[in-house]
Amino acid sequence: MSAVISPIREPLIMGSKTYHQITEDICSPTEKAPPLQWILGFIVAVSLLSFGVFCILYQIYYGVGAWNLNRTIGWGYDITNFVWWVGIGHAGTLISAILLLFRQKWRTGVNRAAEAMTIFAVICAALFPVIHVGRIWMMFFFFPYPNTRGSLWVNFNSPLLWDVFAISTYFTVSLLFWYTGLVPDFATIRDRASGFRRKFYSFISFGWTGAAKHWQRFESLSLVLAGIATPLVLSVHTIVSFDFATSVIPGWHTTIFPPYFVAGAIFSGFAMVQTLMLVTRKTLKLEDYITINHIESMNKVILLTGTIVGIAYLTELFIAWYSSFVYEQFAFANRAAGIYWWAYFAMMGCNVLSPQVFWSKKIRRSLWWTFFMSVFVNIGMWFERFVIIVTSLARDYLPSSWSYYYPSWNEIGIFTGTLGIFFTFYLIFVRIAPVVAIAEIKSILKVAGDQYRYSNTGTGHHHGHTSFVADDGHADEDGESTVTHH
Amino acid sequence: MEHTDKKVLFGLFDDETQLLSAVKEARSHHMNIDDVYTPFPVHGLDQLLDLSESRLHIAGFIYGLVGTLTAFLGMTWIFVRDWPIIYGGKPYWPVPSFIPITFELTVLFAAIGMVVTFYTICGMGPGVKANTLHDRITDDKFCIAFDVSNTTDEENNAYHSLFQKYGASLVDTKLV
Repeated sequence: MSAVISPIREPLIMGSKTYHQITEDICSPTEKAPPLQWILGFIVAVSLLSFGVFCILYQIYYGVGAWNLNRTIGWGYDITNFVWWVGIGHAGTLISAILLLFRQKWRTGVNRAAEAMTIFAVICAALFPVIHVGRIWMMFFFFPYPNTRGSLWVNFNSPLLWDVFAISTYFTVSLLFWYTGLVPDFATIRDRASGFRRKFYSFISFGWTGAAKHWQRFESLSLVLAGIATPLVLSVHTIVSFDFATSVIPGWHTTIFPPYFVAGAIFSGFAMVQTLMLVTRKTLKLEDYITINHIESMNKVILLTGTIVGIAYLTELFIAWYSSFVYEQFAFANRAAGIYWWAYFAMMGCNVLSPQVFWSKKIRRSLWWTFFMSVFVNIGMWFERFVIIVTSLARDYLPSSWSYYYPSWNEIGIFTGTLGIFFTFYLIFVRIAPVVAIAEIKSILKVAGDQYRYSNTGTGHHHGHTSFVADDGHADEDGESTVTHH
Repeated sequence: MEHTDKKVLFGLFDDETQLLSAVKEARSHHMNIDDVYTPFPVHGLDQLLDLSESRLHIAGFIYGLVGTLTAFLGMTWIFVRDWPIIYGGKPYWPVPSFIPITFELTVLFAAIGMVVTFYTICGMGPGVKANTLHDRITDDKFCIAFDVSNTTDEENNAYHSLFQKYGASLVDTKLV
């Protein structure tokens, strides 16, 4: 805790908070009646979810024929959406695990909500492989278990099976990590509540007391979980990319896929975190905890990963040309200038060109720019998966089997249904759980609270922040080089 | 925490610096601190309390190793012994193909094992009732608790004066 902090670092907690004020601010959204925006949002989300459930049931009843897939194009909306959702599910664990290992204190403002998004996004993602098998009641065939057919086992050489293990491990580990972090905060709500709410939070806070030994174990657990979740999060999208990269389809079987997919996943994940955090901080009045500084940090990650993705696209094009392999060359020429040229340009525009505006500090710190950019990025990343999957399949080796794919109403309904699932879960989450990690925010208050960052004394409870301007990159220049915790 | 008839004297401090000073003094006077409760992990506290380093990471390593072996040996047994099949000209024992699942199960076993161990050794779990001394401990108060079931008046006075010296905002007793 007595870490040396650069004096030019901006505070991460505004408004001269005390420990108690932090508790009040973050717990109060779970204690009040929901605001009107929440109710309206919930109605929309549940409506989308309900239609999605209907579409899934229809698909199960009718079969995969409810989709516009054909013999040439066997993967369409389903796998596009699967990869898109898995990608979105990468930001949470990146923020909470990798940034924990890098000791990035700004993660404390956004990690809780981002991890929640991870879990909900992975639920949405997992839905697609399950329903696209067609006979959903046979889904347990995915798992290697001693069966009465021999035993006849699954194929451990198959990247599709690796994916089953990767996604289920990722979901489980993210859930454990997230929930364990929530336990002390649930205890905080429990000790403020009465009646039924107290009973409820008492049940879900697992008997947490805040004893010194428990905190010590808790920190040890968090650190080791972060350590193993870091390679895990990188492995998940690597393995998702193997679904394509180990195949024989031109445009898919490229060795660049793992790093390219991982960067894209972080890119779209952060974009989704931005979209939701901008709305959340406003409606729940958490601007003091999710500051413009947090938003700028995330925009920097978006800029970096967006640029990596852009370089990957260009590398693919270059290598296709350089390989002198006609099928590969055709696949990429066809992507840019073929029947799906519009998807390619949506992808290029949203993913490669648009994030470049974040080189400007002013735009990085603008809420409106950030909001629209985050939506653009998610549209772009959806098109990226569509381009990779559909354009590569639509023009395969045999011109006689070339085909065109567009989604049926059912596929669109299932996709919007997953958006409904995601937002419904998120809206329930903000009503039940503290959106910002209370204990973690308290633990950085004395190194990152504005009254401590801008005071001369280091004990400046009574020194308000007099000269703070949100757009000012430099804090005080009074020579204070460290603020120590005690 | 299980329910015993233990009488606890506790003091609440408003700031972790007060708590750390009080703990330091209590330790130097060999006072028998029952436990310390804080709303967030206070660094340096475990050293002051002489808490030994958590061995959870060692347990995690062992669980991970179990996962590694389960996955690798399991797949090996299935592909080499139980039902050998040639897939796409690959050998019966395609070690590189086993790497992803071996890695995933290592992480899975380590994570589940450590989390279950953590809750078990802390005596926590769904529905376990917390025997908290004060509702503000999970909010903004830092608490030192002494077991005063069998203490002398002299010891109790020493505890009280410690709380007073470091500015405890509340001192109380509770049966836990």
